[in-house]
Amino acid sequence: MRNPLADKIVEIKPSGIRKFFDIVSEMPDAISLGVGEPDFDTPWHIRDEGIYSLEKGRTFYTSNSGLKELREEICNYLKRRQGVAYNSMKEVLVTVGGSEGIDVALRAMLNPGEEVLIPQPSYVSYEPCTILAGGVPVIIELKAENEFRLTAEELEEAITEKTKILILPFPNNPTGAIMERKDLEAIAKVIEKHDLFVISDEIYSELTYKEKHVSIVEIPGMKERTILINGFSKAYAMTGWRLGYACGPKEIIEQMTKIHQFAIMCAPTTSQYAAVEALRNGDDDVEEMRDAYNQRRRYLLYAFQEMGLECFEPFGAFYVFPCIKEFGMTSDEFATRFLMEEKVAVVPGTAFGDCGEGFLRISYAYSLENLKIAIEKLANFVEKLRKEK
Amino acid sequence: MRERLLSIIEKNSRIDLKELAVIMGVEEIDIVNELAALESEGIICGYHTMIDWEKTSVDKVTALIEVRVTPQRGQGFDHMAERIYKYPEVNSVYLISGGYDLLITLEGKTIKDVSSFVSDKLSTLDSVLSTATHFILRKYKDHGTILAKKDEDTREKVTP
Repeated sequence: MRNPLADKIVEIKPSGIRKFFDIVSEMPDAISLGVGEPDFDTPWHIRDEGIYSLEKGRTFYTSNSGLKELREEICNYLKRRQGVAYNSMKEVLVTVGGSEGIDVALRAMLNPGEEVLIPQPSYVSYEPCTILAGGVPVIIELKAENEFRLTAEELEEAITEKTKILILPFPNNPTGAIMERKDLEAIAKVIEKHDLFVISDEIYSELTYKEKHVSIVEIPGMKERTILINGFSKAYAMTGWRLGYACGPKEIIEQMTKIHQFAIMCAPTTSQYAAVEALRNGDDDVEEMRDAYNQRRRYLLYAFQEMGLECFEPFGAFYVFPCIKEFGMTSDEFATRFLMEEKVAVVPGTAFGDCGEGFLRISYAYSLENLKIAIEKLANFVEKLRKEK
Repeated sequence: MRERLLSIIEKNSRIDLKELAVIMGVEEIDIVNELAALESEGIICGYHTMIDWEKTSVDKVTALIEVRVTPQRGQGFDHMAERIYKYPEVNSVYLISGGYDLLITLEGKTIKDVSSFVSDKLSTLDSVLSTATHFILRKYKDHGTILAKKDEDTREKVTP
């Protein structure tokens, strides 16, 4: 029999997280700090709206680009939160999670051989999606001394004649880094100078702990060249509903809608009805969850300080990214030993790019009570390693 | 700071001061001062413990009693409320809008305790026009806390 597989997909490495997932699954008593989704249930009024839509028999396809009222609410929301106006008829596409938006945007924009700049450490899908779309990923290694923000110099250095797109993953998973207005203004100049497009993954936009999230589309000249990706998973604790959206120039959204139409048809209808409710009446829920995350974030930073573990203060998402270079082992070795000896799962920084070496991603999408138990074990482990030296 | 502090300790009054200071991002001494102020201003009125008595061997019945009363000249309902809340077995007394005036919650060991309170003490008060007693059969949620079994964490243990 012939080889049934496409070389392109076979050559893509499986996600580095897989290995830990497999080990942890075999350890029923392991505590995990490795989860990339909220610990809260979707607020009840949002779930209730989903249930109600099913009761009413709203079980059909929606239009390809999504329910009209949802697209309108998305535009209202972006106007309210970022002060930016999108046309709900032409500039919005409702997708199956933010992930689909990223994939479809890359496929709609890339010609073979064109380069995509991917700052790392960052979410695991940008690189494979770029390759699958025929593009060439070019990694920008973000640095701890810049608090893992993207600087204009780093961007400038990575640009070649073939560069077309910059992926902008802030607030960042796994580092928790954010880009403030001044940081965005600095890179906007470079983006404009080299005529780049931006795919801005803002899925954690509601989870910032310093100031309100600033989107790159707020910077003059950027909206015209940006696909803004966002969704409901993190802000409203709706990961399983698989619902996100992409907003951008109508020429790009039109082509993205074409791919979406053939590959997906439309995002899940029940989820879309629930999302309308989330945008209309969910602000208080978001604030409550943000407060809870912020309390845990402060607790973790304090705990690291107590155990003398180096960690920059992250102001976004629900991750901290402590440095473990003092122990002279790789992230993978540290995480594996920590799991085996203390039964606590964390994700090695290298799962999010080579430059995550020497760091760990610790999620605080857990109750304070659970975090305390796990952090005590981390303190023991750190103590033990220091004695070994 | 005041409202944030209150909303945290409303859910967990046993949280220690150091931890409160850490999670709120303020100094411990500020928490101590603020708590003292809240107590002296009568905003914090007490620190209670939520107990699901059903899981113990102690017998308890809780009743909600609707009371219609004649308001008294110059004192409205306050005087009546006071006469009722002075009974130690009365847990709470609320003035209510709608079909009746006062809502009382009452705890007793047995149904007989409650009924004798209603017939001997409450109904015999001059201004009480009528009462309606409802016994609580089961508490599902109390003070914002769900008393049923907690859900487990069903998330995948490691996700990107």
